[in-house]
Amino acid sequence: MKNRLRTAVALGAASLLAVSACGSNDDGAGASDDETISIVGFAVPEAANKAIAEEWATTDEGEGVEFKTSYGASGDQSRAVESGLDADYVHFSVASDVTRLVDAGLVADTWDDGPTKGIVSSSVVVFAVREGNPEGIETWDDLIRPGIEIVTPNPASSGAARWNALAAWGQVIKGGGSEADAQAYLTSFFNNVVALPGSGRDATTAFLGGTGDVLMAYENEAILAHQNGEEFDYIIPDTTMLIENPAAVLEDATPKAQEWLDFVLSEDGQRQFALTGFRPVIDGVEYGEVEGANDPANPYPDVPNLLTVETDFGTWDELSDKFFDEETGIVTQIIAASGKGE
Amino acid sequence: MTAVAVPRGRSARRRRPARPGGLSRVSGLGLGVAMLWFSLLVLIPLLAVVVTAADGGWETFRAALTNEQTAAAIRLTVGMALLVTAINVVMGTLIAWVLVRDRFVGKRVLEVLIDIPFALPTIVAGLVLLSLYGNDSPVGVNVANTRGAVFLAFLFVTLPFVVRTVQPVLAELDRDAEEAAASLGASRFTTFRRIVLPALTPAIAAGAALSFARAVSEYGALVLLSGNLPFKTEVTSVRILSSIENDNLTSAAAVATILLAISLAVIVTLDVVQRRIARRG
Repeated sequence: MKNRLRTAVALGAASLLAVSACGSNDDGAGASDDETISIVGFAVPEAANKAIAEEWATTDEGEGVEFKTSYGASGDQSRAVESGLDADYVHFSVASDVTRLVDAGLVADTWDDGPTKGIVSSSVVVFAVREGNPEGIETWDDLIRPGIEIVTPNPASSGAARWNALAAWGQVIKGGGSEADAQAYLTSFFNNVVALPGSGRDATTAFLGGTGDVLMAYENEAILAHQNGEEFDYIIPDTTMLIENPAAVLEDATPKAQEWLDFVLSEDGQRQFALTGFRPVIDGVEYGEVEGANDPANPYPDVPNLLTVETDFGTWDELSDKFFDEETGIVTQIIAASGKGE
Repeated sequence: MTAVAVPRGRSARRRRPARPGGLSRVSGLGLGVAMLWFSLLVLIPLLAVVVTAADGGWETFRAALTNEQTAAAIRLTVGMALLVTAINVVMGTLIAWVLVRDRFVGKRVLEVLIDIPFALPTIVAGLVLLSLYGNDSPVGVNVANTRGAVFLAFLFVTLPFVVRTVQPVLAELDRDAEEAAASLGASRFTTFRRIVLPALTPAIAAGAALSFARAVSEYGALVLLSGNLPFKTEVTSVRILSSIENDNLTSAAAVATILLAISLAVIVTLDVVQRRIARRG
């Protein structure tokens, strides 16, 4: 209890510090409004963005630019911007969070015309397992063995968790299976799920707190968690899903925001992403060793069969309707059925 | 206690000069400020929820209620909240009794600790519960991903309500009546039932209503431990979040409205029961 209290006090102090840090950020913005960029993003790339900002500050364009930042759950952040949260640059987990802003007239519909199609960071779906991999989990088929306990964030309430369900579905199709086979696989998969926490963060916390044998995670989160001293292994399956995180500049943003986006997509920007666990979205980025990866010298091994939204699923709109519709979505129904089975 | 307070209130009201408008300027101002405050913070947001829900018409309510997963979540949430409230009524009164009537070492510490569930951010409470009653439980109790987790989380966050509402009333309670009852030969149980309990009932009911309302809306404390498994441990808040994630605000508001209606019904029922018991005393 004493430890808990201490943790609570420490957390309280940390959040106070964070709040006051945000406050001083605002006060420090003595420069004109053009020199301040508001970043609104999902929680994970915070560390990378901070590092990129420091790097940018040493260049001519970036010198003296102030940042206001807000990080949280991707969907929540997107809805906040839609309903008026001030933002110049947004960075989300899934493309549908950007298209929501396109529909609201806040982002130009040409946002994904660039060479990376609007994507600024990427990763892959991996299996996080207990240290030493006691259950010997290597493949997707291992996940549906009887008795394996899976933790995955809830695809219903977490947009980002949808990547996991898509990966599980897509690998069956990629292996030559039919949609019926994929449905059968997902059914066995969700029958083995012991917890569906609300977000990726909650799922990781639950897993580290002792729940389950395997956590459906992202490579970047696994690497970042290792860098922060967490102890578990992660396995990159031979067939997995490429996770693509989009970013966009808002229509009425300061011109600096576009320069920032260009820098994020440059080699210097992508190097910082690579160092915090994301796979670079352009070729030829030199990042040396990445601490926390399975093999720091070769942190991002090629995946033999890489699934992407574009080639395997079409568009986010289509796949959202097909898989995640609240009443008729395939994944929605499988999850509901898995609950009734017991 | 109530028997003393009520006549005093009446005589005070009688002393005030009656004005044609019924309210003095000061109390009118007070009422105005109170209503404005209440409207801004509570009435208007609640109305907005109901209006959003009504946007979809009855169809949305029907869809929300006939969705088996949502219906199961509502049943679990309300059922568990009622159970936890019933336990709190007993345990909360007991703890308040111990705190007021008994002297023991560590009483002041306990007094402070009772409020911890108020002070902790619920997600921290969730972490504490996960590390104590999860798979790696040091005390050998593992309720992770079972209904026990929902039950525990509700119990944890609602503990202070009944204690804190009953405690001051119990402390003010005149012991003369109890002694008189005892001297007339009433057993301790009869004294408690006929003398103490009626005086405490309004406070217990108020605490129970708070405790129920808090349990129904709880999310943070159970999210790490309960696993959100549909038909098993998924609570209504998770269903509402799912609807929001799907940009289906009318459905989210409809479920919220149903929950509001249930809570209102429970709170009104508690009040009716409370009045009946208090009158009987």
